[in-house]
Amino acid sequence: MNLNALRAFVVKELHHILRDRQTLTVLLMMPLVQVILFGYALRSDVRDIRMAIVDPTPDNATLELQSRFLSTMRFRIVATGQSTDIIEPLFRRDKADVALVFDPDFASHLRGTEPARLLIAIDASDPNTGTTYLNYTRAVIQAYQAELSAGSNQVRIVTETRMRFNPTLESVNLFVPGLIALVLVLVSALMTAISLSREKERGTMEVLLVSPLRPQQIIVGKVLPYLVLAFANVLTALLAAWAVFHVPFRGSVVLLLLESILYTLVSLALGVLVAAKTASQRAAMLTAMLATMLPNALLSGMIFPIASMPRWLLPVTYVVPARWFIVIARGIMLKGVGLGILWRETLVLSAMALLLLVAAMRSFKPRME
Amino acid sequence: MQTLRYLLRKEFLQVFRDRMMVTQLLLMPIIQLLLLGNAATFEVKTSRMYVVDRDHSETSRGLIDRMQASRRFNVVGASPSMDVANDWMLRRKTDVILSIPADLERDIVRTRNGAIQLILNAEDGAAAGVTQSYAAQIIGAYANELGAELMPKVSGHPIEVRARGWYNPDLDYRDYMVPGILVQLVTVVGTLMAAMNIVREKELGTLDQLSVTPLSQSTFMAAKLIPFWVIALVELTLGLLVARFVFHVPMLGSIALVFGAAAVYLIAALGIGLFISTLVDTQQQAMFVTFFIIMVYLLMSGLFTPVRSMPDWAQWMAQFNPVKHFIEIMRAVLLKGATPRDVARPIGILAVFGVVALTLAIREYGRRIG
Amino acid sequence: MTAAAQINGFAIDAQNLTRRFGSFIAVDHITFDVKTGEVFGFLGANGAGKTTAIKMLVGLLAPSEGVAHVAGFDVHSQREQIRRNIGYMSQRFSLYADLTVRENIRLYGGIYGLPPAHIEERTKLMLDTLGLATNADDLVGKLPLGWKQKLAFSVALLHEPKIVFLDEPTGGVDPITRRQFWELIYAAAARGTTVFVTTHYMDEAEYCDRISIMVDGKIAALGTPTELKERFGADSVDDVFVRLARGAKKGEAA
Repeated sequence: MNLNALRAFVVKELHHILRDRQTLTVLLMMPLVQVILFGYALRSDVRDIRMAIVDPTPDNATLELQSRFLSTMRFRIVATGQSTDIIEPLFRRDKADVALVFDPDFASHLRGTEPARLLIAIDASDPNTGTTYLNYTRAVIQAYQAELSAGSNQVRIVTETRMRFNPTLESVNLFVPGLIALVLVLVSALMTAISLSREKERGTMEVLLVSPLRPQQIIVGKVLPYLVLAFANVLTALLAAWAVFHVPFRGSVVLLLLESILYTLVSLALGVLVAAKTASQRAAMLTAMLATMLPNALLSGMIFPIASMPRWLLPVTYVVPARWFIVIARGIMLKGVGLGILWRETLVLSAMALLLLVAAMRSFKPRME
Repeated sequence: MQTLRYLLRKEFLQVFRDRMMVTQLLLMPIIQLLLLGNAATFEVKTSRMYVVDRDHSETSRGLIDRMQASRRFNVVGASPSMDVANDWMLRRKTDVILSIPADLERDIVRTRNGAIQLILNAEDGAAAGVTQSYAAQIIGAYANELGAELMPKVSGHPIEVRARGWYNPDLDYRDYMVPGILVQLVTVVGTLMAAMNIVREKELGTLDQLSVTPLSQSTFMAAKLIPFWVIALVELTLGLLVARFVFHVPMLGSIALVFGAAAVYLIAALGIGLFISTLVDTQQQAMFVTFFIIMVYLLMSGLFTPVRSMPDWAQWMAQFNPVKHFIEIMRAVLLKGATPRDVARPIGILAVFGVVALTLAIREYGRRIG
Repeated sequence: MTAAAQINGFAIDAQNLTRRFGSFIAVDHITFDVKTGEVFGFLGANGAGKTTAIKMLVGLLAPSEGVAHVAGFDVHSQREQIRRNIGYMSQRFSLYADLTVRENIRLYGGIYGLPPAHIEERTKLMLDTLGLATNADDLVGKLPLGWKQKLAFSVALLHEPKIVFLDEPTGGVDPITRRQFWELIYAAAARGTTVFVTTHYMDEAEYCDRISIMVDGKIAALGTPTELKERFGADSVDDVFVRLARGAKKGEAA
């Protein structure tokens, strides 16, 4: 009897979702569009460096060094001048990234024994890119210098570097697990939060609460269709990652899917909780959005390494479900490891799911006043 | 104008009557700024290093000492077995493996050339790149040190390179990220509130009531725009105070210019929200469409990854992203002291956005009610 | 009011007014007129097309066909002027639940451009008439339904419109409050306001000067309650309605 009631309720929920074609299309297409869009666009490699040259006394030696920069294909000379005054406006207008300033005596010193001076000014407002600019610039100068001093007995230690699990540092391999985490939170937490709070706002929730359905069943009914939808999203996102970007799947796909369901449950429970604790759709949505979007992007390790964060912030990242899911997803996809290694993260997610689900169920007890 | 005043009073009353909303609007973004501002950094302070030293020579120990002494690396384990090292990495117990082959010292003494291997966990691409460049610097310096020991002063043609990072000499990532995150928070809250607003009245039925009054379409839209515009500017002010006094973000340029640009930008951001609100039928749809758009705006704004690293088509798309322009302006004015002339172009683009978004919103609203 | 409207004395006149939604004809060539100062009842079952018709008259929906004038202005081309001259109370409760009684009144007064002093004065008068003086600073959402409805009606009259449109104003309200509501309607009519009211309570129809009964998007009968009862040989408007509705293809007879 009760099972029938539950089924009727789930069917009603499905109808709500299926009837709203617009939202459904957005829901199904979004992960696909996002993985493809961001897979191509989200990268931090530096391909094009705009260089300004300040060369008060142009000469064969300075021109030679300039041509070394041009021949790397990575550098582009956008301005040349006699004085350092040209640098400031170029940087301020974001027209140049690096300025190379030759000492007036550069060429003559280079032939003599005094050190020839060279100043590299970089636009370091973005420290990460700035450092990369500097490294590339230094490398070109060092190569030039090594050539000049060839024959001298310098010690060289050749370092063979291997990037384990992602040899080419392909950004898409790193972002896909994070994107899946983001999209799942969107579909699960936001959609449930808003659809529940809508029933509250319209008074239909009261009707449901006085029906023979138990509060747990109402929640299950609300959550089940979105679980299915979220699962479809995982599949399309993974498929796109695999087919378009050849993201590796070194571990068990089944395990990955199971972990995704676990993570989705956490997000869904979060949505239910948000709806229970807020008074209007507006408030529910704003809470869900602020509580999910930026923290999941910034505190999860998706973009910024957790190891880089200040120590006091680490406990905060522990409560972000995506942080654990990303470790799991990267572990399975890139490292090919299984539960033997990921049991701790899985345990944390399970505990979160359990805790949140219980809290969510309790928050929807019909209130006797 | 009189009518507008009454409508504005209504909108403000409605926002401030919902206590939860006020908290959400003003407090949450500030808390988030405090947390996220600290989280957004690529700086890697210490990496855990596992050493596989098969040489056991003075040279190899010297290298390990230099690594440890730099405080960039913390040697957490050592053994001659590569298998153990790999297992450590798989379990995320170490970030880097330094592998030194058996004859490093012999090779260096004989040929002045040695080879070592550095294996990084690139599961975290950004961190791996940074760690690698630190290691390379230490190894390079060590090689020079060894060279000086083995053969004092070779006469050559030294080029003395000095480097200066402008605008952010300490390479503090927070200086760069905090203004961007602030823009994001203001955008999320503002656009979302605007997007939910009109459709909410549609759902509640009060929009029909307003539609049969002589209220003009532009007065209506102005009444919807101004409250969130003011709230967003207040939020920006609070955020800038946090940026200044908590994060010590340098503010080289004119603050008036920041607010001028923000005033224009917010018209665009809120206009987009209002346009969405007139298009959709339910708050749920409004939230969704907004969320989708904001997510694209956010990830393609240059906040996280530089726009100039994107493929050409994505850079072209980014031109249509108001968030990108405003983040650029904020960073340029605060960090580089850009003048109005320097940022005239992006401000102009934002103004065009604002006009287009508002016009679309008013037109769509007019179409809906008639 | 324009000269034409003053001469013919009609507050509303509609000819062949029609509205289609795709192939569905919600309102099918209706023709009627409402005299100035009249209480005009617009009756029909749920889904008969009442709300669609009212929405065309107040300018919320564009007619697919036909012409209509409200307060002498054309519904196609003079919506602005119409809006200035009418009041409207929709089927759904349409005051702001999260504003207080006083704030709602002030808002609508402001929208219709009443001077602040005038708004104050009208607010006081209205609160006294409705017996809401002690509740002036309560949120409207917290008031009982009957009070909300009376308040919504008074707010619709705030700017002293020539015509007021009421779309099922008494839905879900208890009989006593309905009675009081109709007293408010009579008071408004006595002050010269034309009242256009839709309802499916047939007893309310008896209070109207004239009624029209809509069936399947068409006007099936039009006249004073007495005329209609005589014409159909019925004891009450309810009887008239049931007879007409029996022939209906769509809509559940009330």
